[in-house]
Amino acid sequence: MSDRDSAHALNVARVAFIPKWPLRIGFILLAVYVVWAMGQLDVTWARFVDGLSAGQKFLGRMFPPNFSAEKVEMITKGLLESIQIAVIATVIGIGLSLPIGLLAARNLMPPWVVWPARALIAVCRSFHEVVIAIIFVKAVGFGAVAGIGALVVGSIGFISKLFAEAIEEISPKQVEAVRASGAGFFAVLIYGVIPQVFSRFLGFASYQFDSNLRHSTMIGIVGAGGIGGSLFSAFQRFDYDFVCAILLSVIALIVTAEVVSNYVRALFNDNLALLDYLRNRRVAKLSREKSAALGAS
Amino acid sequence: MTATNNRSIQIRGLTKEYKKGVPVLNGIDLDIPGDGITAIIGPSGTGKSTLIRCINRLIDPTSGQILFQGQDLAQLSGVPLREARRRIGMIFQEYNLVERLTVMENVLTGRLGYVSAFKAWLRKFPQEDIDEAFALLDAVGLGNFVNQRADGLSGGQRQRVGIARAIMQRPEILLADEPTSSLDPKTSVEIMEIMADMAGCRNIPVIVNIHNVALAKRFCQRMIGMTGGRVVFNGSPAELTDDHLKEIYGGEDWLE
Amino acid sequence: MNATMNRRWDRFTPEQRFLRFAFYFLSVAAMVFSLKNIEIIPEFLYDAPEQLADFFQRMWPMDTAYYQKSVQAALIETLNIATLGTLLSLAMSIPVGIVAARNVVPIKSLNMLAQLILVSSRSVNTLVWALLFIAIFGPGAMAGTMAIAFRSIGFVGKLLGEALEEAHRGPIDALTATGASKASVFIKGYWPQVMPSFVSIALFRWDINVRESAVLGLVGAGGIGMAMDTAMNLFRWDQVAVVLSTIFVVVIIAEIVVSAIRRRII
Repeated sequence: MSDRDSAHALNVARVAFIPKWPLRIGFILLAVYVVWAMGQLDVTWARFVDGLSAGQKFLGRMFPPNFSAEKVEMITKGLLESIQIAVIATVIGIGLSLPIGLLAARNLMPPWVVWPARALIAVCRSFHEVVIAIIFVKAVGFGAVAGIGALVVGSIGFISKLFAEAIEEISPKQVEAVRASGAGFFAVLIYGVIPQVFSRFLGFASYQFDSNLRHSTMIGIVGAGGIGGSLFSAFQRFDYDFVCAILLSVIALIVTAEVVSNYVRALFNDNLALLDYLRNRRVAKLSREKSAALGAS
Repeated sequence: MTATNNRSIQIRGLTKEYKKGVPVLNGIDLDIPGDGITAIIGPSGTGKSTLIRCINRLIDPTSGQILFQGQDLAQLSGVPLREARRRIGMIFQEYNLVERLTVMENVLTGRLGYVSAFKAWLRKFPQEDIDEAFALLDAVGLGNFVNQRADGLSGGQRQRVGIARAIMQRPEILLADEPTSSLDPKTSVEIMEIMADMAGCRNIPVIVNIHNVALAKRFCQRMIGMTGGRVVFNGSPAELTDDHLKEIYGGEDWLE
Repeated sequence: MNATMNRRWDRFTPEQRFLRFAFYFLSVAAMVFSLKNIEIIPEFLYDAPEQLADFFQRMWPMDTAYYQKSVQAALIETLNIATLGTLLSLAMSIPVGIVAARNVVPIKSLNMLAQLILVSSRSVNTLVWALLFIAIFGPGAMAGTMAIAFRSIGFVGKLLGEALEEAHRGPIDALTATGASKASVFIKGYWPQVMPSFVSIALFRWDINVRESAVLGLVGAGGIGMAMDTAMNLFRWDQVAVVLSTIFVVVIIAEIVVSAIRRRII
């Protein structure tokens, strides 16, 4: 017991709460910034109110969505092309990410290999898929190939980085053990490194497929193939009920893909069979893992 | 304040089933006196914790009555339940402090039943509450830790904060769910002493779940033995014999 | 249960093995199908390297004067769109995230509603949100800000909801036991526990939004993409190069800033 100490403490001014000045100043600065930025961007209440009535009209024209036979055919064709772009881009992207990620792993490679690899990854990561798509459209013309190219670059940016980080986190003991048995570099890779990162890598890959699918439905806006083209031209024609139909189809496709890839991850990570999975619904945990790993869902 | 003898609890036919047909508490009838410390002993998984949590309704009983000051606690909900909870303090095995808040903030959470959420958010607690919190922290020996974050404290220190928080409610009854099970033997005794002192000088009856029979005998005026969701012993520590312990815990090899 | 006489050990049950095989098979099938059906114009592909080389040649030397002239103002607009959009999304996603957390709001129908909002927000791309808001507010930065905000609700709300669901039960029980109201339990029990994740989610999203807001201009929703669009329409690749370099530098700086703040806070 410290009764003496407490008695002493009574003589000093006692504060129940230490005021957090940095925090308070931070909030004040933030408020000032918000007001300033809203002025800069011309975000005003009047525009918002105007927007509400415009929005009402807009929503009125969106519903009911136009699912006529001819439109459905366009949607199917567009979605199919988007899926094809996503599949090809994911496979090529992963194929290229494996060696690049390996080269960027600091625990396996010398610095003169690591830094160029990391620079390449940084460049790939910095640009939005649409920006890359524009460049590819200029280079290879309109169409799906440009889209594939753009998504491959984007995939390299994400997967290589995560793959490199996963390799850097592996336990060196297992690698040592394999090396101790006299294995060469590739044997070490196959028996010491790959088994440790395989399931995480599969998670990245299935995530990247999701992400590529999202982007593939949109890069058509700049002419790089997929359903985005139809969406953009529908917007330009003020064909809003068709816009709505496309959006609903895209949402349905993406949600389906997310559910399927969650299941695939569950199958490989936890050895869950389909029925267990439906019973347990461990989606929350898995998707958290995914978000933590990538943060761009 | 109500008189001491108003602080007793009568439990009638209390049953709790987590899974239908598998009662954890099986028709408990019990009178807990309105003064002193009452220990509940019994093997793990026998429903001691469930019993205590039914009293302040952290767990909803399946059927039965819990009578306290003319109210059936088992039937309350909404605002009346919250008002009843304000009068019941609780101390937890794992301390259950909010780790990222300071010691002072943790103690003042004992007043949350009385302070509006908005004022609590702004930390605008009445001065008398803050004065009392300081006094309580001095009394439990944490006067110098007021502005320290709870996650930096040792187990014993955390439980002292837990006690201060419960007393801060100015409760009319105190529940303690294995308050010493996560602590070393010496600290356990200290914590029991502080709890007994604090409750004793405020005439607050205490109901405590406890694993350590010796500790229970030392501090408690009354002991209740439970096994298999039923009460099998109810008497003073002196009356508790090895035979009773055998009945409560089963087997005898563990007895010296 | 599974113990047979000869004690064979299998890592996977037959069902699992079948499912794994099915997955590999379907992946290969999807790849083959896609390659066969996708429209590829070979002529375009053959001269792609030439085109790309030409393209990069025309980018160099960069028209650095363009930075002062147009890019800098557009860059500030981009950063404002990203920041304001993120702040707006935080304000909107806190209630949605709370309602989505099954332990905080134990009402199934409300949880489902919140999930629906989150999924819709995430499934519509930022650029598509931008097109929608341009239809409502007209072209410009306001549409861009709203697009960033609405796309981010799904991300922030989902992660906040998950963080809330992982909050420790103990302190919540303790505060409930004091007779605190639901609001007080949230402010003093849940919030301190999720605050660090919330800050880190917000920073993370801001980082992503800086990248995303750079392309909003391509559909007319303000920011540095506008400068890029203008330069591209005039075939001024030396100016496009300036824009691209600016985006690269800013995105890298944003990433460094975010990781520095996260290290300090957590």
